Amino acid sequence: MSTQRPEFERSPIDASGIGDIERPLPLAERILRNDAVQRAAIIVLLIVIWEAYARWLNYALLFPTFTDTIRVAWEDKGELAMRVAATMRALVIGYAAGLACAAVLTTLAVASEFGARFLSTLTAMFNPLPAIALLPLALIWFGLGTPSLVFVIVHSVLWAVALNTLTGFRAVPETLRMSGRNLGLRGVRYVVLILIPAAFPSILAGLKIGWAFAWRTLIAAELVFGASSRSGGLGWYIFAARSELDTARVFAGLLAVIVIGLLVEAVIFRAIEARTVKLWGMQR
Amino acid sequence: MRAEGDCLLEVNGVTLQYKTARHLVTATFNVDFNVREGDRYVILGPSGCGKSTLLKAVGGFMAPVEGSVRIRGRDVREPGPDRMMVFQEFEQLMPWKTVEQNVLFPMKVTHKFPRKEARQRALSAIDKVKLTPFRDIYPHMLSGGMKMRVAIARAMALEPDILLMDEPFAALDALTRRAMQQELLALWNQLRFTMLFVTHSIEEAMIVGSRILILTPHPGRVRAELDTSMFDFSNLDAPEFGAMAKRIHGLLLDDDAKVPA
Repeated sequence: MSTQRPEFERSPIDASGIGDIERPLPLAERILRNDAVQRAAIIVLLIVIWEAYARWLNYALLFPTFTDTIRVAWEDKGELAMRVAATMRALVIGYAAGLACAAVLTTLAVASEFGARFLSTLTAMFNPLPAIALLPLALIWFGLGTPSLVFVIVHSVLWAVALNTLTGFRAVPETLRMSGRNLGLRGVRYVVLILIPAAFPSILAGLKIGWAFAWRTLIAAELVFGASSRSGGLGWYIFAARSELDTARVFAGLLAVIVIGLLVEAVIFRAIEARTVKLWGMQR
Repeated sequence: MRAEGDCLLEVNGVTLQYKTARHLVTATFNVDFNVREGDRYVILGPSGCGKSTLLKAVGGFMAPVEGSVRIRGRDVREPGPDRMMVFQEFEQLMPWKTVEQNVLFPMKVTHKFPRKEARQRALSAIDKVKLTPFRDIYPHMLSGGMKMRVAIARAMALEPDILLMDEPFAALDALTRRAMQQELLALWNQLRFTMLFVTHSIEEAMIVGSRILILTPHPGRVRAELDTSMFDFSNLDAPEFGAMAKRIHGLLLDDDAKVPA
């Protein structure tokens, strides 16, 4: 059974009583929700666990405490800084060279179907090949020293970056491509002005993976080289400390590796993300 | 000097074909039409009549198998900024540029205007589509209708010979769509640009267009060309509007028209 319902019209009720429609959250809540604060809390928690476990174990040769590790690192700060500088120099050269190679290969891959097949075949062949496996070859070709390190870093950066960039280029929406071509953009200008920014989320992911590959390859390569290289980097520092059974120094070296990794990720890559893909709404 | 009424775009006997993985599809067959300066020329047809493909050919994104497309007497061979395209999709804006940068970008890369003038033009184009408060916003924060307005502003700021619009309002909700049609007409009244507009909505074609080309599907062939310059929002309810809509409906769906209501 249905009854007739009356129609009505009215002016909207007064909503001024609820105050501002958009108001800031309380300070405490904003601090607790802050990403950096939460991350710092996680790191502090891990350090507390480390310190507590090491104290309970009480066996410095196996597992030195956090405080011991920091003390040793402080004592060695001059040497550590030098080692880090040596490592970073090789890394920056290798990373830059790897990116340059990736840029050339992906540009060729965008320019022609043959280039794309060439790149994907190369990537399929070399991407799974561990960079460390190339180290003996690098030693034969370039001898001990930075050129060998650069060679393995290029190998570990190149394929990850090239693969991600190409995948990103392929995912650029057709409409965006057409609106670029509509303006008569071609060749390098088309790649630089349209494809690279449009594919930036993938490119950035490639850069991050490439960085992680490069960093671990580099430290591992330095460990292998270590015994004979005077001007070795962080890997050599760790290796040398191990041969003296100086576990706190091994820890100090590892801590430096981790801290640098964390800084690059949390400071550099985060800053790039915040200014690009997050700002542009391409990534949440 | 060009004047309203001069012939701007000549499409002569154009046959368009494209390949899918398995088929060679003929989209349009032997299509002729002329667009004059200041026309609001609409290509109307059901899906599958090749109207978007035809627009792409005028844009220079695909070459005709037969026939020719000429703009101001020059053969169209490749895409160019003299024929600015506005697409149906919202993703035509560059997400890495603000509204202002998006409008400025075509003028920058084509060097059509000096730097200072380009900025002035961009600001005035943004003002015309009423987006001045959103100048420094990135596209992902805009609604669909606002993105479309940016795309139109971007295309018009460059002052192309012809504005190519591929169902620009199809993805909008009905209310926004109506508002956009009104704005487009208001802009045209102000600036008198030439546009080639593709749609499958009879009402939209009649309101937006001053001239309608009707295509039949599979493959697209010319069925009729009608003058609809007398229709706009003011006479939506007039009997002539209904009669014209009915006539177009009949032309689009020949078989249905013969069936008594």
